[in-house]
Amino acid sequence: MTKPVSLDSKEFGAGGKPISQKGESLLKDSIRRLARNRAAVVGGSIILILILTALFANLVAPYPFADQTLVDQNKVPQWVLNLFPTMQPYAKLSPNYFLGADYVGRDLFSRIVFGARVSLTVAFIGPLISLIIGVTYGSISGYFGGNLDNLMMRIVDVLYAFPSLLFIILLLAFFRSTFAQPEPGTFTYTMGQLDAATGGLLFIFIGIGLTAWETMARLTRGQVLSIREKEFVEAARTLGAKNGRIMFRHILPNVVGPLVVAETLAIPGYISTEAFLSFIGIGVNPPTPSWGSMISDGAQVIRTYPNQAVFPALALAITMFAFNFLGDGLRDALDPRLRGTQ
Amino acid sequence: MKTENAEILLRVENLVKYFPIKRGIIIQKTVGAVHAVDGVSFNIHKGETLGLVGESGCGKSTTGRTILQLYRPTSGHVFYNDVDLTSIKGEDLRVMRRKMQMIFQDPYASLNPRMTVGEIIGEPLVIHKLADRKQTQERVEHLLELVGLNAKFYNRFPHEFSGGQRQRIGVARALALNPDLIVCDEPISALDVSIQAQVVNLLEDLQKEFNLTYLFIAHDLSMVRHISDRVAVMYLGVIMELTGRTELYNNPLHPYSQALLSAVPIPDPVVEEKRRRTILKGDVPSPVNPPSGCRFRTRCPIAVDICAQSKPEFREINPGHFVACHLV
Repeated sequence: MTKPVSLDSKEFGAGGKPISQKGESLLKDSIRRLARNRAAVVGGSIILILILTALFANLVAPYPFADQTLVDQNKVPQWVLNLFPTMQPYAKLSPNYFLGADYVGRDLFSRIVFGARVSLTVAFIGPLISLIIGVTYGSISGYFGGNLDNLMMRIVDVLYAFPSLLFIILLLAFFRSTFAQPEPGTFTYTMGQLDAATGGLLFIFIGIGLTAWETMARLTRGQVLSIREKEFVEAARTLGAKNGRIMFRHILPNVVGPLVVAETLAIPGYISTEAFLSFIGIGVNPPTPSWGSMISDGAQVIRTYPNQAVFPALALAITMFAFNFLGDGLRDALDPRLRGTQ
Repeated sequence: MKTENAEILLRVENLVKYFPIKRGIIIQKTVGAVHAVDGVSFNIHKGETLGLVGESGCGKSTTGRTILQLYRPTSGHVFYNDVDLTSIKGEDLRVMRRKMQMIFQDPYASLNPRMTVGEIIGEPLVIHKLADRKQTQERVEHLLELVGLNAKFYNRFPHEFSGGQRQRIGVARALALNPDLIVCDEPISALDVSIQAQVVNLLEDLQKEFNLTYLFIAHDLSMVRHISDRVAVMYLGVIMELTGRTELYNNPLHPYSQALLSAVPIPDPVVEEKRRRTILKGDVPSPVNPPSGCRFRTRCPIAVDICAQSKPEFREINPGHFVACHLV
């Protein structure tokens, strides 16, 4: 039975449904649908736990990440030994380390906890940089169009053609050599100090930032181009709205959805880039723990002490999965075609 | 008739709009142009409704948008109360926009889905800094009532409304600045037939109440007949015939108008039986490369040699009845 639609159309809306007294925004609807998506909720919860772990790493981790206890090197607890029985003949036991200790006797668990800081910082700074540059670039290109758009997009095409990982490696090599022995008080010196203070992360951010914005710029441009031709933008122009108002009130709020989804799905890429750089030894400076450098260290002894490579790799994998699940969920939740569904 | 002596509100003179076609990856060359509107002239009197009809792609909407300077014309002039809109820009044009508004075809695409109804209708007031927050809300609530919606819908979002309700929101937005001229760009063609009548009646009521002037673009001939005082028939970027609605529907002079009107079904089975349709042969030629002389000659049942050689003048055959045809 459908409800009768009153002809004065004052009480009923789309599909003859009564119009609620409180306005339901698209955002609220999206959040509700996101909350119904189990994979996204699991992913989101894992990310939340990771964020809390990273923020309160000092409280969570039983040891400081750089503390070496050489007598305890490569020691494992009983349950890890049961998990990897091949270690039985030679492994030394110690109940003090939850996941075991590494080759200089540092607690693996504490290092993984502190390693979350590096990965999550990359997971949030990476999108921030690529959004700031990419959205600005892409919206200017898409909104003004014409020859400017043509020129700006050809520049992106050229940059895009260059393998980004190779580009980051070259950049990092260049930075590290340039900023190795600078005179105090110069710009290079300050940058070098900043980089050292962040444990080598600054240059990784610059490297990721300089390559990751291209995808965002293309996506933003495409979205802006399609929204720009919508009738409500034309309506705003008829009303006498200026460019700034059209851009910030009408176009950008309508392109945010796809951008958020793309950025969330790109985060695992940033995390793995950092892990890869640390793995090949040009990432964070030791002793700053990064999952990539821990996997690299563990890989040296993967036959004798597999726990040292497996646990950081597991942390990395779970984190990347979590971001992927959340991104997938966001994509479904923000899809306007699924609006109002379960 | 009110149209004959009333003052002229809008004067369109020889309006031309070409859209360039570009080729090339880095260096773009203009290789041609879509002749969307090609020399259109007409007047709209204060308080009247001028219907603009024609088939899809004939340049009706482009004409409307070019008049409002959403597209800048390639050449020609648009005089609004003797101000040439084509020669002003920036702040001057922004101020002039308060007097001219538009109602759009697609009620789903013409409302920003991220804004509430109150923000959408109140936006023109905010843009032109005409009212503070409280005054804006009062005015929006008044406008909602005026177009037959509940004032409590202020905080609702557009996706909660049906097509007809959204179109009413669009009408309310267009009215917010108290404009004189409203360009209605097929405001009813996206709506159900039962809702069409409601919206058209609303537009008529508002016209009476606020002495509005409409340029009513449509392809539904019976609807245009109902709402218009005068009707212009457009084909491939050119106006073929322009006259009072009774004159056009009873005595169409241009062969294109005759063919177009013969396609309207008559709601009387006996008369409908006798209706003779003039079936036009072929397709509409490409506006990129329109035919020489008369635009309609390739499909005209009575075309002769002169039609290919020279463009027929848009002349006044009878008082108030303009036709562009060599043979009339």
